[in-house]
Amino acid sequence: MPTNPLQVEQLSADTFLRGLWEENPVFVMLLGMCPTLAVTNSAMNALAMGLATTFVLICSSALVSLLRALVPKQVRIATYIVIIATFVTMVDYTIQAISLTLYNALGAFIQLIAVNCIILGRAEAYASKQPIANAVVNAAGIGGGFTLALLCLGAVREILGNGSLFGVHLFGPSFQPWVIMVLPPGGFFVLGSWLLTFAWIRRRRERSRQEVPHGA
Amino acid sequence: MSTPSPSIPASAPGARLIRTLGLVAAVSGLLVVLTDRITAPYIAANRRAAVEQAVSRVLPGAVRRADFVLTPDGGLAPASAGTKGQAVYAGYDASGRLVGVAVQGAARGYQDLVRVLFGYSPACHCVVGMTVLQMAETPGLGDRAKSDPAFLANFRALDASLNEKGSALAHAIQTVKHGSKSSPWQIDAMSGATITSKAVGRAIDASAERAVPAIEHHLDLLGGAR
Repeated sequence: MPTNPLQVEQLSADTFLRGLWEENPVFVMLLGMCPTLAVTNSAMNALAMGLATTFVLICSSALVSLLRALVPKQVRIATYIVIIATFVTMVDYTIQAISLTLYNALGAFIQLIAVNCIILGRAEAYASKQPIANAVVNAAGIGGGFTLALLCLGAVREILGNGSLFGVHLFGPSFQPWVIMVLPPGGFFVLGSWLLTFAWIRRRRERSRQEVPHGA
Repeated sequence: MSTPSPSIPASAPGARLIRTLGLVAAVSGLLVVLTDRITAPYIAANRRAAVEQAVSRVLPGAVRRADFVLTPDGGLAPASAGTKGQAVYAGYDASGRLVGVAVQGAARGYQDLVRVLFGYSPACHCVVGMTVLQMAETPGLGDRAKSDPAFLANFRALDASLNEKGSALAHAIQTVKHGSKSSPWQIDAMSGATITSKAVGRAIDASAERAVPAIEHHLDLLGGAR
């Protein structure tokens, strides 16, 4: 919030890494669930969606950070939305130019990156208060974490639901695919399983961290 | 949002808000137009390639293409900027002979519209190929319409001959239950995906009902085979 300004952060490896793990947008913050569930029915779609979102995240964070001294706080949200929508439109055209098949597979979710709360959240909570280097590094970390999470879901769903990974068939022709995994309910099953796994790992790490001083 | 009011502090007068928003909008507009200019030729090339690929898939042996439109009054005219109507694509082989005409069709499937492209050959009065352009059918069930070899085999010689007057199809193209195909104008449905199979059948039937008479009556215009 602008009334409670964050102090300018010292740029460190943590600025980047925390987006991958501690503040992972999907597995920890549970943000951006709509594309997470909708376009992760194959690893390729998940990767493309993750990269597209990362591009918008980095570019809009950079621009928001550059303009942070110029933008009056009354119009900041309007400004951020315009900036984000611009980069989303650029991604939209670029994906159409790269591959129409991919564009059709991602459907409306490319345009919907504009309202992805991860991006607006980064602009409001971080990029608008930090110098451009911090904003870009942090956005890259969050984008990386989002892409990683989408890939985790996409890979599992494609392997179970289609017997392939990135379109390469892994099992023989006798493989009976578990079709529900590529259907919408499968998104919830796989997301739930990943959340459980991540929560379990995090709790184990916390416990071992607590136990170290006792042992010493 | 830009008119100064008592609630807005004096530090941000309306002029500054307008200036900021104007600047951001101008930069945004510039970036979008630049991207559009740069990507437009690639997107157009992709679209053309997609149509060409689909046409060559439903008209085996076609290497060259000419675009026509079905006019609303049931005629056929070469595609140009002024003509309105449904686009159809005539395909020719290497020696310039007409292989057939690719026609689009659409019908409601299980989830959404199923859009197909099929090739009609005037030489055998039949459909010689079909491909799905767009659908949102259930993965593993309906979406096999794109890939199931047994289902696609229906469209290698699907009878679409006209009645004696030449005004409509002699037999409507219909989808029948899996394993019960008995006539050349019937489509054997995929088991477990009857709704999608029927949608494909309806899409072809409705479209052929309009397109085939127009094609047969204008073979000279198409640079006829036969």
